[in-house]
Amino acid sequence: MEQPAPIDRDDFVMNDDTILDIRIGMLLKIGMLTSAAVILLGGVLFLLHHGHSTPNYTVFHGVPDNLNSLAGIAAGVRHGNDLAIIQLGMLLLIATPVARVVFSIFAFLSERDYLYVTISTIVLAVLLYSLIWH
Amino acid sequence: MNAIEFSLLIGMASLVAGFLGSLTGLGGGVVIVPLLALAFKVDIHYAIGASLVSVIATSSGSAAAYVRKGYSNIRIGMLLEIATTMGAILGAFLAAGTPTKAIAIVFGMVLLFSAAASMRKRNPPPADEPKDRLASMLRLDGSYPDDGVKHPYHVRRVPLGFGLMFGACTLSGLLGIGSGAVKVLAMDEAMLIPFKVSTTTSNFMIGVTAAASAGIYLSRGYIDPAIAMPVTLGVLAGSMLGTQFLMRAKTKAIRIIFAVVIALLGLEMIYSGLTGRL
Repeated sequence: MEQPAPIDRDDFVMNDDTILDIRIGMLLKIGMLTSAAVILLGGVLFLLHHGHSTPNYTVFHGVPDNLNSLAGIAAGVRHGNDLAIIQLGMLLLIATPVARVVFSIFAFLSERDYLYVTISTIVLAVLLYSLIWH
Repeated sequence: MNAIEFSLLIGMASLVAGFLGSLTGLGGGVVIVPLLALAFKVDIHYAIGASLVSVIATSSGSAAAYVRKGYSNIRIGMLLEIATTMGAILGAFLAAGTPTKAIAIVFGMVLLFSAAASMRKRNPPPADEPKDRLASMLRLDGSYPDDGVKHPYHVRRVPLGFGLMFGACTLSGLLGIGSGAVKVLAMDEAMLIPFKVSTTTSNFMIGVTAAASAGIYLSRGYIDPAIAMPVTLGVLAGSMLGTQFLMRAKTKAIRIIFAVVIALLGLEMIYSGLTGRL
């Protein structure tokens, strides 16, 4: 594990979160670009293999079970299922803001800002309830 | 229409929506759902699922740029995210039990409101208001850069803003949109946050908020990969283009055109909901 760079003393005094801002910006950008690339890859494969099928979405059936859960999508990706690869990209996209919240908890911890460590942890708990409990 | 044509058409339409959405600050989601439902005859639940993931993509993309410029207030964002994520989960649960007609009518009303709100003149808040005790305790006050000068600001009426954000994000979870117009109301009017800060902080929060409803949407089967793929890529590309264009363009004319389009879509959604055509 690499040690995080020491934060300049002035940042505590100014309290303008500059370093935190830059790191969060990087994290969001990398997450967004990675998920877009995975979605594009899955999309191209899907259209190569099933481009001439006729889409019909007028009635809601819900996507099949293997595309609406973490385990189902993981299994699909291992078998090279095109739609599962797109869903993996969607999962990465959803995970990006969650990763940002996790990152914020550690960032506030390193600033000894326990009020905001608590606030960030509450947000993470709500997110995990939505993502995992279901 | 085969899958290639379907993807290309939706992708192109999403690109235009993302482009206009980023220029006007209303986001692409408000146009995507009516477009998919009315023009492509996609069931509204698939439409809101696809729109929601595209909202996450654009939020992460543009928040990355704004956060680095120092406009967003991360503390205000984190605090309000408690309200927005809880609202988003409530909205996602409501979406499952709400009939399509009712979703269409509520959607139409939010579109009309967004169109009206986008035309409203936003006045900068008074600079020398006294500090608010709760806001100081939560260390929400901050400053933002403009023309190389730091402008300090004080945040007010935190509980009211918190409550309004909860409501805005219940709508967001129900309709699969960012509800930027309602959030800006909560942050500008209730909390008196300067609009550069409120717009960018709202954008910063939308990703986390949408992620909270997305978990429930995914497990309920609303996020169909074949629809969400062209929508997400199209909106993302469009909004990235929009951010580039924003630096040079006069946006007043575009803003008016977009507001009219949104208002018309709103009326169409209400009409379709009332006559049961969706």
